[in-house]
Amino acid sequence: MRYLPHNNAERQAMLNAIGAADIDALFADVPADALNAGFDLPDHQGEMEVERALGRLAAKNRAASQGPFFIGAGAYKHHIPATVDHVIQRSEFLTAYTPYQPEIAQGTLQYLFEFQTQVAALTGMEVANASMYDGSTGCGEAALMARRITKRNKVLLSGGLHPHYGAVTRTNLELVNAKVVQSPMNVDASEDLAAQIDDDTACVIVQTPDVFGNVRDLTPIAEAAHAKGALLVAVVTEVVSLGALKSPGEMGADIVVGEGQSLGNGLNFGGPYVGLFATRQKYIRQMPGRLCGETTDADGKRGFVLTLSTREQHIRRDKATSNICTNSGLCTLAFTIHMTLLGEAGLRKLAMLNHESACRTADALAKIDGVELLNKSYFNEFTLRLSKDASEVVEKLAGDGVLAGVPGARLLPHRKDARNLLIVAATECVSDEDIETFTSKLAEALS
Amino acid sequence: MSMNNQGRPTTPTSGAGEAMETNVKTFTGNKALMIEEALSFEVGDLSGSGVDLPELSGQYDRLGGVNRNETIGLPGLSEPEAMRHFVRLSQKNYAIDMGPFPLGSCTMKHNPRLNEKVARLPGFADLHPLAPESAAQGALELIDTLAFWLKELTGMPAVAMSPKAGAHGELCGMMAIKAALEARGEADRRVRVLAPESAHGTNPATAVQCGFKVEAIPGDGTGRVDLEALKEKLGDDVAGIMVTNPNTCGLFERDIRAIADAVHDAGGYFYCDGANFNAIAGKVKPGDLGVDAMHINLHKTFSTPHGGGGPGAGPTVLSEALAPFAPLPYVSCEDGKYSLVETLHHAEAEDGGDTLGRLTAFHGQMGMFVRALSYMMSHGRDGLKQASEDAVLNANYVLARLKSEMTPSFEGPCMHEALFDDRFLKDTGVETIDFAKAMIDEGYHPMTMYFPLVVHGAMLIEPTESESKRELDLFCDALLSLAKRAKAGETESFKAAPVYAPRRRLDETAAARHPVLRWTPPQTAQAAE
Repeated sequence: MRYLPHNNAERQAMLNAIGAADIDALFADVPADALNAGFDLPDHQGEMEVERALGRLAAKNRAASQGPFFIGAGAYKHHIPATVDHVIQRSEFLTAYTPYQPEIAQGTLQYLFEFQTQVAALTGMEVANASMYDGSTGCGEAALMARRITKRNKVLLSGGLHPHYGAVTRTNLELVNAKVVQSPMNVDASEDLAAQIDDDTACVIVQTPDVFGNVRDLTPIAEAAHAKGALLVAVVTEVVSLGALKSPGEMGADIVVGEGQSLGNGLNFGGPYVGLFATRQKYIRQMPGRLCGETTDADGKRGFVLTLSTREQHIRRDKATSNICTNSGLCTLAFTIHMTLLGEAGLRKLAMLNHESACRTADALAKIDGVELLNKSYFNEFTLRLSKDASEVVEKLAGDGVLAGVPGARLLPHRKDARNLLIVAATECVSDEDIETFTSKLAEALS
Repeated sequence: MSMNNQGRPTTPTSGAGEAMETNVKTFTGNKALMIEEALSFEVGDLSGSGVDLPELSGQYDRLGGVNRNETIGLPGLSEPEAMRHFVRLSQKNYAIDMGPFPLGSCTMKHNPRLNEKVARLPGFADLHPLAPESAAQGALELIDTLAFWLKELTGMPAVAMSPKAGAHGELCGMMAIKAALEARGEADRRVRVLAPESAHGTNPATAVQCGFKVEAIPGDGTGRVDLEALKEKLGDDVAGIMVTNPNTCGLFERDIRAIADAVHDAGGYFYCDGANFNAIAGKVKPGDLGVDAMHINLHKTFSTPHGGGGPGAGPTVLSEALAPFAPLPYVSCEDGKYSLVETLHHAEAEDGGDTLGRLTAFHGQMGMFVRALSYMMSHGRDGLKQASEDAVLNANYVLARLKSEMTPSFEGPCMHEALFDDRFLKDTGVETIDFAKAMIDEGYHPMTMYFPLVVHGAMLIEPTESESKRELDLFCDALLSLAKRAKAGETESFKAAPVYAPRRRLDETAAARHPVLRWTPPQTAQAAE
């Protein structure tokens, strides 16, 4: 077995040194009838066989790069510079543990510090943590944090929040008997959330661009929330949008959570991704997750350490702010490298390229009979109302090699009025040819 | 002909070298291969970029007037600058590919590169989570196949695949318990969860996150749960127990079945923390021991890389009693066609039916699933068993070799990790942390220190199956020599350690007292003062 260094002679020599008759003597505490159980599994295989078997499974899927591709709704296809994947595969990054021994983990710690700086700057907040599992779990944690800060029990969810983010938040909050109020599905960003905020509201959670692609100005809702002593949690599922859109911090958000997958990380069928979590300095002791901080070593040199761990489970146990332990370490590195390569200038341009792709796609599709564009504003994603059931249209187009977007029913299965909705994303990866193919195939499907 | 034939041959000069070694102050602060590196923000400027993008048309603005006008403040680096920046940073890290990483309870084993290769196949890595099912049949089949392996290895009937890490899996399992209690109408009454004093911090934190109150179960003096003390704490207000097995002292709970029976008799459920499953995978099925739920850390037992702190993956196996409450989504298969159950459509399920709900936006850590399955298929039934046996063998070998100078906390053999306390350092002035930092200068990552909390100055050593006998002998020789040096009164050198690492000991107290959690540009920093 190629991963195991010992030969049998060495094993025997070690057993002799231990003074054990055989290996099972070391398992003596296991109930005898449970030891050496039978398993209906195949024996070991060489690299070639495993690669072949998994290659066959991979080939049954349709990769985003295989043809015209317009799916978004919380995960986006972007071009990732080759440098990113090279660097994250370096042994020193890939095979390191959580940096609990800072003297020999400055590499990890410094990139976490850079990551926190980047996330804070992008979101317009004062501080950010070293990442959550993904945007959706970060959203649940933000609601719990708002509850701790305000000591209030009600959480209001916007009708433009990604339904899966809403579901995750509900799952987390119902456990502690918090009240979750879901504002109804809102396709055109017309909802009046301010009217639903009361004296028991801990926070209102609003996504921008929302799940239907609308760009939302959070300033009025931030003011309304603050007037009632509630917090505004802003959700950003497409981090590239922050290169073009006013930051949630500038609009008055108290906590910003986001999905960072778009920078540095592939689609990976939904994970691993990287949850962004940023807030105001005054709330840092209520934050979940790891934080990296600057300090000096015994020689006075600048260095970095994990800090404020008295918030965390390994120190604080049942009084921790969250049970989170593992974060998205290597995904934060990928994010940081991509962001470092882009810089502000690159990110702004990338964001506008996305916007232009989406505008060109929307203009082409809106000309088709049976297609209505529902957005007044959007970044790189928008929603169409089709004259037919969108799920069927998406299946038909998939057969034609076009991955057309996310049908409303996939995210909102209980809403009959979502069945004809199609959420379409267009990033910098979309070519004019892709748009032409999509347009002609969609016209065909609707005719 | 050699490339440096223009240069002079080098020969070591005698004498002066030794004394000067640590005193030479270089102009740059660098020490040969150890190169100081500024923050990326101090290297680049706001106009810099390492990415060439097509030109904009400038024709479109449908951003609704919410445009970003203020500067973001993030410099960019050209590609060579960025590469050098991150490579220099990488060289300040210790890693399992460099040497033993004996962190108890963390399981730092070899990360095969085949797993990295297959996880990057475009069919997996470039697949959208909301792609139509017809475009993702291979991915769903992979999840189903991995689920089969996990169920078979644990002897459990169901597995929830979506938890994103170990603690998330714990949350999943405890949520399932809460949902089952709700279905029984006992959730309001059963509010207590029992966990041993030696438990991982995530256990009590998870229980509280589920709205339970946590109580500690005392130990029996041999590093295991005190069965009688546990029984005394059980009652009709107990939701369940959370027990790690093998436990955090590196020992198998020999009363495990009696523990499970007692909890079940009291109407509670048995959550097993599966962090240490790597000691028994392929040898023992937790389902044979009365477990109701257990998370599996794919990043420990099945070697998906730790990546400096993540990502992990924490699929959670469930018993018949808890399976109906599994989270959404899950994969189902009919007539060879795979589908993803993302919502329960039937009429009574308007509120989601029995499911505990959704734990994450999508379907779990697919990238980790591919790696873990690749690892399992490579090992197979025989290799997984051998790996567990070698992990236990290695830990016991370390225990046997070190006990002459160090103090094992408990009698008898251990499982996959060996626990020592600081009695051997008594009166030396050297503490566990000093001993650990001295290991750094010897070229090792320290063991887990001060955990579990049940012994004084804990040192928990987990060598894993990846270490050869030669490597283990050298490691043990180094630790024995350190123990002897501590006892010989070389206290000061321990207090000063590490001296050869990229940084000396860091001031963690100052970091927590005045948190600096981000870089700020010099002019802003000055203005703030």
